[in-house]
Amino acid sequence: MKISLAVSAVALLLSSFASQAQPDYDQYTRGRYIATLADCSACHTRDPQQPFAGGVRLQTPFGTLVGANITPDRETGIGTWSYDDFRRAMTEGIGHDGKRLYGAMPFTAYTKMPEKDLQDLWAWMQTLQPLYQPVETNQLPFPFNIRTSLMVWNWINFTRGEYQPDAKRSAQWNRGAYLVAGPGHCGTCHTPKNLLGGDKGGKALQGEVVEGWYAPDLTSDPHRGLGKWSQQDIVSYLRTGVNRYDIASGPMADAVRHSTRHWHDDDLQAVAVYLKSSGPAQVDKVPQPLAATDARMKLGAQIYGAKCSACHRPDGGGEKNIFPQLADNPLLNQSDAISLIRVVAAGSRGVDTDAHPTAPAMPAFAGTLDNAEIAAVVTFIRNSWGNAAAPVSADEVKQVKAKLE
Amino acid sequence: MKKLPKTDVVVIGLGWAGAIIANELADEGLEVVGIERGPWRDTARDFNIGTVTDELRYVMREELMLRTRQNTCTMRNNPSQTALPMRTWGSFHPGNGTGGAGNHWAGITFRFQPEEFRLKSHLTERYGASAIPDELVLQDWGTSWEEMEPHYMQFERVAGTSGYAGNIQGEKRPGGNPFEGARSGDYPTPPLRQPYGPTLFAEAARNMGYQPFPVPSSLVSEAYTNPYGVTMGPCTFCGFCTNYGCANYSKASAITTILPALMRKENFTAYTNSEVLEVLTDSTGRQATGVTYIDSSGDKWEQPADLVIVAAFTFENVRLMLLSGIGKAYDPVTNQGTTGRNYAYQTANNVTLFFDNKNFNPFIGAGAVGMGIDEFNNDNFDHSGLGFFGGGSIRVTPIGSAPIGYRPLPPNTPKWGAKWKRALKDNYLSTMSIGCEASSYTTRTNYLSLDPNYKDPHGRPLLRITFDFAANDLKMAQYCTGKVADIAKSMNPREMIVKPMTGHWSSVPYQSSHVVGGFIMGSDPSTSSVNKHLQVWDVPNLFVVGASAFPQNPGYNPTGTVGALAFKAAHAIRHFYLKRPGEMISA
Repeated sequence: MKISLAVSAVALLLSSFASQAQPDYDQYTRGRYIATLADCSACHTRDPQQPFAGGVRLQTPFGTLVGANITPDRETGIGTWSYDDFRRAMTEGIGHDGKRLYGAMPFTAYTKMPEKDLQDLWAWMQTLQPLYQPVETNQLPFPFNIRTSLMVWNWINFTRGEYQPDAKRSAQWNRGAYLVAGPGHCGTCHTPKNLLGGDKGGKALQGEVVEGWYAPDLTSDPHRGLGKWSQQDIVSYLRTGVNRYDIASGPMADAVRHSTRHWHDDDLQAVAVYLKSSGPAQVDKVPQPLAATDARMKLGAQIYGAKCSACHRPDGGGEKNIFPQLADNPLLNQSDAISLIRVVAAGSRGVDTDAHPTAPAMPAFAGTLDNAEIAAVVTFIRNSWGNAAAPVSADEVKQVKAKLE
Repeated sequence: MKKLPKTDVVVIGLGWAGAIIANELADEGLEVVGIERGPWRDTARDFNIGTVTDELRYVMREELMLRTRQNTCTMRNNPSQTALPMRTWGSFHPGNGTGGAGNHWAGITFRFQPEEFRLKSHLTERYGASAIPDELVLQDWGTSWEEMEPHYMQFERVAGTSGYAGNIQGEKRPGGNPFEGARSGDYPTPPLRQPYGPTLFAEAARNMGYQPFPVPSSLVSEAYTNPYGVTMGPCTFCGFCTNYGCANYSKASAITTILPALMRKENFTAYTNSEVLEVLTDSTGRQATGVTYIDSSGDKWEQPADLVIVAAFTFENVRLMLLSGIGKAYDPVTNQGTTGRNYAYQTANNVTLFFDNKNFNPFIGAGAVGMGIDEFNNDNFDHSGLGFFGGGSIRVTPIGSAPIGYRPLPPNTPKWGAKWKRALKDNYLSTMSIGCEASSYTTRTNYLSLDPNYKDPHGRPLLRITFDFAANDLKMAQYCTGKVADIAKSMNPREMIVKPMTGHWSSVPYQSSHVVGGFIMGSDPSTSSVNKHLQVWDVPNLFVVGASAFPQNPGYNPTGTVGALAFKAAHAIRHFYLKRPGEMISA
């Protein structure tokens, strides 16, 4: 008995030490989680052996930008920055030396983060290994390389300020809205852009072409958006990369691999609740599918039968967890078919996650189908089994392929 | 030679057996290093649907097989001959690269029957010791059906094996194989749908009173996610199956069922294009200390390890043991030594049926879709007075009639010219064949040893195969093929070719890759190399796993049993060996 009392006294003592040590550790883990939510590594880690030392090249319509070294290295990283410098970069898009940041660094989203999250994130960043790696971030051609032009850009495209909860909505909805608009910065890819590369007003999350892929419509539009996806479909996609409609591929594969699969379940649920409720400004009229008698549809059906139906099934039904269903799939109805063309022509490999390690691949058909045939089969799947979308021309296929080479 | 840091476990070979054990031991938390002599292979990159349907590349040029320049075997029929090296694979197809021969296998996944694990005892009890032909050296496995069954189940669940159980926990089910041992559960996926040829055969067999069943197959019949979370897609009968890697994620192999999960584990590392040269032992010879290997740059490395698992193909398992001086090399003259003894093969027989008015669409096929009967397999029929033992699995499994190799021609067709073309055209669609994959029983002079004349590029002797069919097996082949011919006759073909195995073993025509034995399991260290846990007698931290452990070969395909043995060895290591490293069974 005495021994156990002594042991518990020691345990008490230890736990009081532990509770004192706790806040720092908690702040560090919170900061690390925020970095995961914000997927900092997407642009700031090129070599996994050199985390956050920058170097990821980002192709924008204006030219190439390169992710900065954000390790605390004093010479090439942000080792001489103060917390206020960091906060200003994150919330105002102005760097340590007063240089304005390009919108590719999604400060337009991060501005929504509250002070506490920024403090936690900063605390964690101080614990990173300083790595010496000079990075020339601005590789844009003239005149886009002139940073003072960004004053105008900001004036048009940037609204500063922390996320303001909608009191009429639940805490869960507000958390989801915050994650999507703030650290998750979903709109950076999924919101249509204006001529300056800023978000188009009133079009949030309605889909956009990014790095040769189409980041699809995430509104609750039933034809093109997530209207048909259940909340569980959204959670499963973000957690495992796989649901009945899709296996994450292209840039989204990286987003799942590095970010969303690590999100807390509560956060994924909140995002799903929010996305399911975020209606488009107006639901576009559902287009009529092309007639099955259309010559393109007939050719497409033939090719589909010969090349695609073995995996995706003759009825477009797909196979669970491995070959996505094509029937009644909003991803096929996007206004731009670039992702579909690309995947048929060049193939693609799905993401691998702990839950679904398979990472199945779509084979490339550019070697066996010509441009008109690829156009026909993409047109066919976009206008069959409940899908309806604009036909694709051989010329569009040619253009997509040219960019791939 | 550079020495690497010590690891807990080194596994040689990343085919079925190696991947299974590496994964199980990684789950145990051990640091596992896998060493594979061939390249990394992966469905997405290597078996793309756009390029995989290439008969020239995969069948004629044997892309997935071990390069004979890298390593081959020498062969002879009996000890009085001088063996010559095989410079191109014929009789069998050793694999290479991650997935091993499990990439290009057919997918047929039988469990051996309960009596096979105690074959010598069983035949002695049923027919008397004097009935067993003198030439045969049959042995028991030192294990039992009851010990094997849970591990067969594990393997089938990983592979997604499709089929229809004939015996679940003793309850017989019509439509399944009535001869199979009692299973603890059904197949993970339902049987594949049957093409016309197998359907016709099953009907004929049923009319003769036999009980046909769908051939158990590790080509899944529906989308299947295995216990590791890895997903496979249903077989589409594309016909590019045996000798090919599967483009549809339908054929189970280490690369489609295990490696995607295994490669994610931080405590697992794979070295590919790295060939193990030797298993090292300490000065007592009773403790393995690791392996040496040579990488693709020609650099030699030593990888020390606490536990060494040898899980290469049959030939390389045995050769590595001979090269490393583990166990005593078998000598057929003195009948002493165990390393290399009881080598056996498979006895391939078939009957080809030519019809006039049938269309089999023979290009529809898969390595393991079909119907079979087991009335004339193993000891499922009374052998009293027949003068032989053993039998074969009789079945129709259309593998897909590829354009270069499939030339069904009736007897007396000219070898070239207009008549040859006409005959081919007339018979392409309307020919089918019934196979009989039959047992191969071991004899004293069928064995594996190091070749005294031929060496590999590293200067190590090649493995020498000394093998010929036992008189027992040739008698069995005549008898069983006769039974196949009876069924064939009842199907009223225009004409047929009946081809039982006859004469001497030839290394030229493909027969099967089912080479077994040479480092066999058993309960007596004087006649076996490993105990029932696949642990090497006298070297308790060394396990040798694969078909090299079979004391003889029944009339079934070996892979299901190779998989089950791998799980069995892993189970023993996890549950017994790691708790008390040492001999799990004392001799």
